[in-house]
Amino acid sequence: MREIVIISGKGGTGKTSLTAAFAALAKNSVLCDADVDAADLHLLMQPEVRQRTDFMGGSKAVINPDLCTGCGTCIDLCRFGAITESFQVDAIRCEGCGVCVDFCPATAIDFPVQRCGEWYRSDTRFGPMVHARLGIAEENSGKLVSLVRKEARQLAEQRGADLIITDGPPGIGCPVIASIGGATALVIVVEPTVSGIHDMERVVQLAAHFKVPGMVCVNKFDLNLEMTEAIEQLARQHNVVVLGRVSFDPAFTRSMVAGKTLFEYGEATATWQQVRDIWTQIINSPAMHSLGIVDFKATIQ
Amino acid sequence: MIISVASGKGGTGKTTVSVNMALALGTGVELLDCDVEEPNAHLFLKPVIERSERVETPVPLVDLTKCTFCRKCSAICRFNALAVVGEKVLVFQELCHSCGGCMLVCPEGAITETGRELGTLNFGARESIGFINGQLRVGEAMSPPLIKQVRAAADPKRLTIIDAPPGTSCPVIAAMNGADFVLMVTEPTPFGLHDLKLAVEAVRLLGIPAGLVVNRADIGDREVFEYAKREHLPILLTIPFDRRIAQAYSRGKNIVEEFPEWRERFVALYHDIEAIITAKGKAVSCAK
Repeated sequence: MREIVIISGKGGTGKTSLTAAFAALAKNSVLCDADVDAADLHLLMQPEVRQRTDFMGGSKAVINPDLCTGCGTCIDLCRFGAITESFQVDAIRCEGCGVCVDFCPATAIDFPVQRCGEWYRSDTRFGPMVHARLGIAEENSGKLVSLVRKEARQLAEQRGADLIITDGPPGIGCPVIASIGGATALVIVVEPTVSGIHDMERVVQLAAHFKVPGMVCVNKFDLNLEMTEAIEQLARQHNVVVLGRVSFDPAFTRSMVAGKTLFEYGEATATWQQVRDIWTQIINSPAMHSLGIVDFKATIQ
Repeated sequence: MIISVASGKGGTGKTTVSVNMALALGTGVELLDCDVEEPNAHLFLKPVIERSERVETPVPLVDLTKCTFCRKCSAICRFNALAVVGEKVLVFQELCHSCGGCMLVCPEGAITETGRELGTLNFGARESIGFINGQLRVGEAMSPPLIKQVRAAADPKRLTIIDAPPGTSCPVIAAMNGADFVLMVTEPTPFGLHDLKLAVEAVRLLGIPAGLVVNRADIGDREVFEYAKREHLPILLTIPFDRRIAQAYSRGKNIVEEFPEWRERFVALYHDIEAIITAKGKAVSCAK
């Protein structure tokens, strides 16, 4: 089982558009949307949800006013400023640590488990897909990311798929760390801007930190050729494979508006070929074949 | 007054809007870059960084000479950051949320606190525009505590402009909570609209007045404009797609510097926001 995770550091560089395009090119794969915070892949995949499950995250404190004596212990002990003067819990500030629950002398504080979102097993025209929706303002996004990745893996095993394509979140924090642990390889989508190269450098460091091989492709490369070259040079310095370049092409936005992948919209273009070439590079990359065996099935037979 | 610039979807132009508004106003402004995972505002504002501070969060330190291995610490920890195995206590620092529960519950007083590095706070200025950013340590998972530290360092006497991270979960909430206004930057595409709707839900949960900037206003479709009308979200500024703007951005150049006619539009954007806040009876004007 191999898993490619598409990430970027900076948001809006084209992760989801490229993930969807790769999904259209892949054979026998499972799709996974690990950007549970602002999931967009379903807008291009129009999944038919087969199974919907609640995601139960952490617990939050609730003070029972009938039992509360107003002693103030909880206010003193809470490090998150989540308890008001009138002994109510601000659910947005509550970290779910339960310190107030355990130390309340009147045992007046309940700690109910929260429903923090839901996740789905679905079918799409390109194969099965696992995705989720984190509740608004919720925590535990890393936990939900780990859950959808685990489910995608199980689904892939059940269906005999040998590849998972995962659309990752932006940034380098908790949901990204949860997205990349144990992945076969990362495809880092970079735009040729000062912020794009800055954010890529941090993501490349993160990949090295967690020892996941990274590969880079530059999207909208013709916006700034000099910057594109600087990105590719930086990638090589960090031993990150350079996959190729994709043009700044309004076809991506147009196909998105139509709810389609790049390859399902309009006539074949040079951009199609660029994305195809990048996909071939990914599939044939050393990171995807750690034993140096390219066609695994053929070799076993 | 605090204006938080947020978006839901990444890459819609939060940093562009925050930096250009700060530059257009010029004085009495402090820009906080709260996108601590991928801070970019400094690349465009180009402030002189005057000092940097290492930021830590408390994590437990167990004194094994006092510990009786009673397991009360591992039992209270909801984040599985402590495990007692035989005559050893394992502390998984990166899982700790710094609640202090283990220290409180330990009957032997065997637990004190040490620090886990969250990242760095940088303080600087560009002429009279103040600047603070947080930079999350690579490998650190928790950004909200660092975002809160950036916010806590702000000068309350100045107009605070916050460049928020993308998304709708805890880091964004940390960057919006307590703001007087949330300016949402979106693009008129299905992804932009979908994530905007989530961001609007988050803002409404917090009860903060909001308005929109539509960036690259002529790409995609018209759905965002319909949505804004339905939801009574004022569109305070539209920025057309212009390859020259995109190219200037790619080199770290700012709209108000490259295209001076935009300066007054960003000033007007601020005045519109101020008027909305005043109308809501919340305004304490700080930026003059």
